Amino acid sequence: MASKSATKDIITLRGSAAIVSEFFGYAANSILYNRGVYPEESFARVKKYGLPMLLTQDEGVKSFISNLTSQLSEWLEEGKLQRMVLVIMGKQTGEVFERWNFSIETDGEVVEKGISREKSDKEIMREIQAIMRQIASSITYLPCLEEPCVFDVLAYTDKDCAVPFTWIESDPKLIDNPQMVKLHSFDTKIHKVDTLVSYKNDEWDEP
Amino acid sequence: MPRRNSCENLDRFIPNRSAMDFDFAHYMLTGGKVEKETLGTYSPSKHLYRKHLAEILNMNRTRILAFKNKPPPAANTTHDPFSPPPQTQPAKRRRHISQSPDRTLDAPEVVDDFYLNLLDWSSSNVIAVALGNSVYLWNAFDGSTCELLSVDDDIGPVTSVKWAADGKYLAVGLNNSHVQLWDTSSIRLLRTLQGGHRLRVSSLDWNNHILTSGGMDSTIFNNDVRVRAHIVSTYRGHTQEVCGLQWCSSGQQLASGGNDNLLHIWSLSMASSSSSSNSSNQWLHRLDRHTSAVKALSWCPFQRNLLASGGGIGDQCIKLWNTNTGACLNSVNTGSQVCSLLWNTNERELLSGHGFNDNQLTLWKYPSMVRIAELHGHTSRVLSMAKSPDGCNVASVAGDETLRLWSVFGTTQIGKAVIEKKQEPFSNVPRVR
Repeated sequence: MASKSATKDIITLRGSAAIVSEFFGYAANSILYNRGVYPEESFARVKKYGLPMLLTQDEGVKSFISNLTSQLSEWLEEGKLQRMVLVIMGKQTGEVFERWNFSIETDGEVVEKGISREKSDKEIMREIQAIMRQIASSITYLPCLEEPCVFDVLAYTDKDCAVPFTWIESDPKLIDNPQMVKLHSFDTKIHKVDTLVSYKNDEWDEP
Repeated sequence: MPRRNSCENLDRFIPNRSAMDFDFAHYMLTGGKVEKETLGTYSPSKHLYRKHLAEILNMNRTRILAFKNKPPPAANTTHDPFSPPPQTQPAKRRRHISQSPDRTLDAPEVVDDFYLNLLDWSSSNVIAVALGNSVYLWNAFDGSTCELLSVDDDIGPVTSVKWAADGKYLAVGLNNSHVQLWDTSSIRLLRTLQGGHRLRVSSLDWNNHILTSGGMDSTIFNNDVRVRAHIVSTYRGHTQEVCGLQWCSSGQQLASGGNDNLLHIWSLSMASSSSSSNSSNQWLHRLDRHTSAVKALSWCPFQRNLLASGGGIGDQCIKLWNTNTGACLNSVNTGSQVCSLLWNTNERELLSGHGFNDNQLTLWKYPSMVRIAELHGHTSRVLSMAKSPDGCNVASVAGDETLRLWSVFGTTQIGKAVIEKKQEPFSNVPRVR
């Protein structure tokens, strides 16, 4: 990245945290829509990352996700967020069907010294777009969710991170012997986000 | 860590080592072994110490947090009405798929034209089939037949039929560009829609009170059948005959296929009003991956935004689309023209009707697209297929002038009762002319 000063795209810790937390918001909406956790009618179409994206219009879900993203950006700015997991489970049984895993690597030097990095917005958007496309097409290989489902979000933070008033510690809600598919990743040069979906094995035997 | 710099854009699955907890994994591997070895000298304090150690090793670097307030669950009533109730899950045993038709009926004078849609099965369990200038109704409960209508040569033949959702009204498209609406309980012509199309009406579908019609003149009209000026909106985008039309179950998106090899996805809200006909680029997606006419269309009943489409003789592919993004999710070459597609509502399966050279019906497993069964019997290409209201049986009409009934989609308890009721002497003997 030895670019000339004219084409420099500076990215700060704060800007990076905003991009990553916004990404989580859209990714969560997209997963909830594509996996049918909430009814189709409760989503509205917007344009984002050069794609048609869907955002929930359900007030409860909306406020849950906005509370989530604001807390996440706080942690991201402190470099304390290691991972975010969106869990889809059965409403009645509580059985975990899918775990959408976003692991985050933070550039420690940036957090400590407050310096910035260089990467163009456009390039980051292109990387995010690829992930969003993969989420939308995941319905081809993920097993169908046969029963009404609910979701939850887990945040993996550093141990020294204070637990906010509205949060509690949780178990990891793991799936036994899961199937895993790694999706694309994106990198703001400050936060690197790896995406992976693990899901319950479908026991269907092929004829 | 020096390996961080290595290229990560390979297409193989490479485990993300930095995300693994090797120390913990090592402990779990060796710790278990130690336990076995020291089984003789077991002491509770040692056990407690080990347990404590395990907790610390697992948890010392990470804290897992979740909101105290959980997100609200989706309201029960608005959940996808087509997904089966959870208690049907244990019924995963293999079912027998009969390779021969349950019944074969004569369908004389059926117009052997790929672009027409001559068969439909109503919610009140009556099959409508267009044979030449006439439309016949066949009651699947008692096997009784009646002629609904017969038109003159100058306006016929009948080019498309479609039942409204209530199973009472039938829309009939004609060669002279008119569409007739019939009340089938009183056998009465209710109204004739005209003035829209200039050529024959080859495809029809209902969306509540909107009757959507596609014609050889390449236009698609939304007709509000309740009002006098019935054309409420128009979709322009095809350049040749529109031979496939289907609304998705929510009624928000329309798929249309044409002889111009195009598949369009339209949105209900984006239809242009008929007065401002100059705006034409109204489609949500224009999908041009088929290389032949697109007649076979079917929206997936259990996965929203999933559409299956099939191409004609020069294409022979079944393609699966995400209609939200317009992405092609899968494409399977079937080796024969795809005349018709139907999803199974009871299982994750797709049925396709084919032409030369086997004229078969093929059942596919979704999403693997493995062939489960091939049903032979027709001796000419399958023109149209329709599904019974209980979702268990399929009717197919072919160029060999027969209409065949297949119990291919399995039998629910209700479906079984219907079939048993239908049993008649000789009903299982195929009657080929």
